[in-house]
Amino acid sequence: MRTTRFLVLAATGVLAVTGVTACGSDDDSSSAAGGGNSVTVKATDTTCEVATTDLTAGQATFSVTNSGSKVNEFYVYAAGDRVMGEVENIAPGLTRELRVELPAGAYETACKPGMSGRGIRGALKVSGGSAAPKAADALLTEATAGYQRYVTSQTAELLTRTGEFVAAVKAGDVAKAKALYPVTRTYWERIEPVAESFGDLDPKIDGREEVIEEGMEFTGFHRIEKDLWTTGDITKDGPIADRLLVDVKAIVAKANAEKLTPLQLANGAKALLDEVASGKITGEEERYSHTDLWDFNANLEGSKAAVAALRPALEQRAPELVKQLDTEFANVEKALGQHRAGDGWKLHTELSTTQLKELSDSINALAEPVSKVAAAVAR
Amino acid sequence: MSTDAEKTSTDAGRPGTTLSRRRAITLAGVGVAGVAGVAGGAGALIRGATDHASADAGAPADAVPFHGAHQAGITTPAQDRLHFVAFDVITKDRGRLVAMLQEWTAAAARMTAGRDAGVFGAVGGVPEAPPDDTGEALGLPPSQLTVTVGFGPTLFRDAQGRDRFGIADQRPPALADLPHFAGDALRPEISGGDLCVQACANDPQVAVHAIRNLARIGMGVVSVRWSQLGFGRTSSTSREQATPRNLFGFKDGTANLKAEDAALLREQLWAQPGDGPDWMTGGSYAVTRKIRMQIETWDRSSLAEQEQIVGRTKGSGAPLGRSDEFDEPDLAARADDGQPVIAETSHVRLAHPTLNNGARLLRRGYNFVDGSDGLGRLDAGLFFIAYQRDPRRQFVPIQTQLSRHDAMNEYLRHVSSALFACPPGVTDAGDHWGRALFG
Repeated sequence: MRTTRFLVLAATGVLAVTGVTACGSDDDSSSAAGGGNSVTVKATDTTCEVATTDLTAGQATFSVTNSGSKVNEFYVYAAGDRVMGEVENIAPGLTRELRVELPAGAYETACKPGMSGRGIRGALKVSGGSAAPKAADALLTEATAGYQRYVTSQTAELLTRTGEFVAAVKAGDVAKAKALYPVTRTYWERIEPVAESFGDLDPKIDGREEVIEEGMEFTGFHRIEKDLWTTGDITKDGPIADRLLVDVKAIVAKANAEKLTPLQLANGAKALLDEVASGKITGEEERYSHTDLWDFNANLEGSKAAVAALRPALEQRAPELVKQLDTEFANVEKALGQHRAGDGWKLHTELSTTQLKELSDSINALAEPVSKVAAAVAR
Repeated sequence: MSTDAEKTSTDAGRPGTTLSRRRAITLAGVGVAGVAGVAGGAGALIRGATDHASADAGAPADAVPFHGAHQAGITTPAQDRLHFVAFDVITKDRGRLVAMLQEWTAAAARMTAGRDAGVFGAVGGVPEAPPDDTGEALGLPPSQLTVTVGFGPTLFRDAQGRDRFGIADQRPPALADLPHFAGDALRPEISGGDLCVQACANDPQVAVHAIRNLARIGMGVVSVRWSQLGFGRTSSTSREQATPRNLFGFKDGTANLKAEDAALLREQLWAQPGDGPDWMTGGSYAVTRKIRMQIETWDRSSLAEQEQIVGRTKGSGAPLGRSDEFDEPDLAARADDGQPVIAETSHVRLAHPTLNNGARLLRRGYNFVDGSDGLGRLDAGLFFIAYQRDPRRQFVPIQTQLSRHDAMNEYLRHVSSALFACPPGVTDAGDHWGRALFG
């Protein structure tokens, strides 16, 4: 993480030119060791062919080619959808690499055509190497390192997407800006508690109109959202868009440099669900675009990523809680999944009060066990 | 997990080191005892505070015993405040529902004794965990809190006809859906419910605390469908209590069933062996109706009209033509002009047992004011609660009469309705709500 800011910016540049990067690779020295597992992955809009599903422990390199028509993603998950590595934003026709350190165990691979949903899953077995149980502290250290990787991958995408969104706004392309808006915000919403810890930048990027204090300008995503969806006039939004990109770059650098503790992870997982319960269920967050369900899903995914990072530690400390979390995460995903629309989500205004209440109930049911994670991590 | 937690709590000596509701009360009790010179009693109370095994033992003076043959909160002298809530069950997992009822029972036993809802309490847990009690009742006495649970018709078979928990054959015949009554303007979203909890206390904060903590325990299993706050009881359930007034300004509940009427309670209030499924024996059926009162139009009607509508005098509450509140109404009496003294359409006449095959109710309603309605009118009225042995023979015929003929209807609107089978009491620490029903 030491040089992350540089890496992220560099990676963005590379990505733009050649479309090859490796979000999932770990920077620490352990990834240098291990064998040379090389796996090709052929992804289309409906299939995900992983050439080998039996690997030896150590570093694996997945070379993912997208021959479909939708933008794709590739993930390697451990139990509970703990992200071991991911490569996002694989445009049609491109090949991108994922390097990931995999200890012996059972995993799942997933392609996500359209970058949504559970994806097309497959089993992946990794054998050999030492499988000695790790000390509890080591598990927590791994948890924070794993989550840090997640933050880095999300911030990289956030930068890329914000750049595209800003370009569309400045070009006066209302339709494109509207389409990019909820997608861009997904990467923000997944790691919102990390971003929100930088108090001065957060309101500039994500502030809603009513939180803007006297003497402060209403800027950021929601300002542009308002213009896009109310008047449709974004001719004066160029400077606001430029400013947004500057602010996002600043917060990304800070977020990547931030060293999180296991307790912060646990509290972040809860905070994300609180975001859903207080701002998204009510439709307050995206009051002009009504794309709250995109945020809802992103908050949920972010919360799950934080809990998944802590999972090996939780399995030792609170196995019953892990079961409860699995059940309730699955319930919310199922409840929310009913409201998919293509690769995205229905508008908040398209849901009935009864449907919103069902979502609210499922979030409350999940947030109770998630609120117990911090104490389990702390003991 | 809760057993371990309980052990940890006791081993660590937490009750001595944390501020629990009970401890605060005990300290207050010592003060009183000191003045009265009853040192022995104070000592017993202090020991009671650390005794987790028995929630009822050594409870402070204003605690209502939780355990018993019947649930508390029915014949218990009506407290001043109400928080009533109806839940929908959102899990399909019978085991989770039963586990929640067990947790509810334990939490209610603690809270009615003036303790925190959970074993660690509002401030006794680890700092990283959310407290297992929400804390707003810290330092408050039990305030005669009662927590009464009931099961709605939809728990046995839901609106789609599904028997979600395998108890459809246990539905008591007396738990028959209420018919539509003339003039009903029911709002479905504040009517019905799979489960209900009635929390009554003399301090509204204590009643709200009980409901809030039970709702929290139920997250993922139940979801609040609707809830209602009530202030000011509108009935007496004991002869020790003076008759209160409803928002029409009249004494209400003069002829109520009362705790002292043992034979009548058996006949009219408690489900008897053979009435229905065994699990309900010793229980009672609750009907709730949220009745909006047209306050402003009532207030500009004449005193004579108001008294004619009710059938009683506004001052003493005596039946028209009589002098004392508790005098029997003379339904046959005629005035000099030949008209009945108590009008044919008066509330007292139409609700009288002699016109309803002897049917009586134990009413336990509360006044409510939910602010104003945007037209400058009070959004106010009566949250009617009535307990009975069989609604088919009691509430239904009485309300049928009233809904057709009662002159008071001009000033009333029924906006919410619900029916619940409230099982018999939780007998001891090994028992829990729903044990006989779910087996």
